Amino acid sequence: MEVLKFDYPAQRALSGRSHVGVVGSGDLEILLEPSGDRHAHVTVSTSVEGFGNVWKHVLDRFFGRFDGAAAIEINDFGATPGVVMLRLEQAVESLTP
Amino acid sequence: MIALPASFIELTARERARAIVDAGSFRELLGPFERLKSPWLPLQGVVAQADDGVVVARGRIAGHPAAVAAIEGAYQGGSIGEVSGAKIAAALELAVRDCERGAPVRMVLLLETGGVRLQEANLGLAAIAEIHAGIVALRRHVPVVGVVAGEVGCFGGMSLAAALCSRLIVTRQARLGMNGPEVIEQEAGIGELDASDAPLVWGLMGGAQRYATGLADVLVEDDAAQIAREVRTAFEHPPAGRTTEVERYRQRLAAIDPQHPPTAEGLRRLWSSEDLR
Repeated sequence: MEVLKFDYPAQRALSGRSHVGVVGSGDLEILLEPSGDRHAHVTVSTSVEGFGNVWKHVLDRFFGRFDGAAAIEINDFGATPGVVMLRLEQAVESLTP
Repeated sequence: MIALPASFIELTARERARAIVDAGSFRELLGPFERLKSPWLPLQGVVAQADDGVVVARGRIAGHPAAVAAIEGAYQGGSIGEVSGAKIAAALELAVRDCERGAPVRMVLLLETGGVRLQEANLGLAAIAEIHAGIVALRRHVPVVGVVAGEVGCFGGMSLAAALCSRLIVTRQARLGMNGPEVIEQEAGIGELDASDAPLVWGLMGGAQRYATGLADVLVEDDAAQIAREVRTAFEHPPAGRTTEVERYRQRLAAIDPQHPPTAEGLRRLWSSEDLR
């Protein structure tokens, strides 16, 4: 298991939170909620070690379009980058006040 | 066009719990944002899920106050650890307390579990014992309805929890047994059981076989609406009483010669469900 942390600048405060996914084979769980400051903070716990660079690329791309001040917890069980991106987009779509 | 029924098996634990209670009544307790995770898995290098794989919710069933505990089979095989087990046990204990103060709660257990979580060993086993005690205490007041839908099945100590339920609903895809087929093959050899032989495995421990031999009460299709309906019906029926009919089960076991174990079909003849119903 490896724990990775990333920070991104944010443009707007978030309201609401969302929870999607399962820590099951090839999938991941995302908990998204307001960060309480002017940044987005991502904590990734992943079962697959040595892919920090790939996580950075996926998150760079996601935060190129998403500017909310979110605290994002990712619990990953071997999801591919495509699944990670889909789950991130689903988490944003299902934000509930 | 033929409308296919909505699958129950394909739903996550949270979606299953939501599908069981009356529309709009689902209210989760100790949800993922409470972050009641396993403290033991990360110490062993295993990623923990924020709800430890159990969804506990209050809601209504046919208008009556209800509670659902649903196990997520996709997370660690639905295994019962210290936290996930405590969530189910606490839900049962709170339901008992509500019953004792005159406010009965309809309890549904959605069981999708390989049994104890090996990484948490005795703590998981202790929690499973508490779940057993909770079911026995609660069913003195109200029926406790169990559902084994399938993907994982229901094994180990949690198969005892399924047996303790007042009514047990299964699908054909479900499996119910003390030891899972892979465990039997690993421990006793492929000559004892070939775990990859699906017809053999389902013949032994599949939902249809368990229903035909009286070890489950209702056989349903993988249809979320039908399962929700059968859960409602189950509360109107008298309890199955499997775990109190000790003599009847002694006789059933005495009818089997372990030197010449019966086939699945033979066991149906020996233990036809009719002699129990």
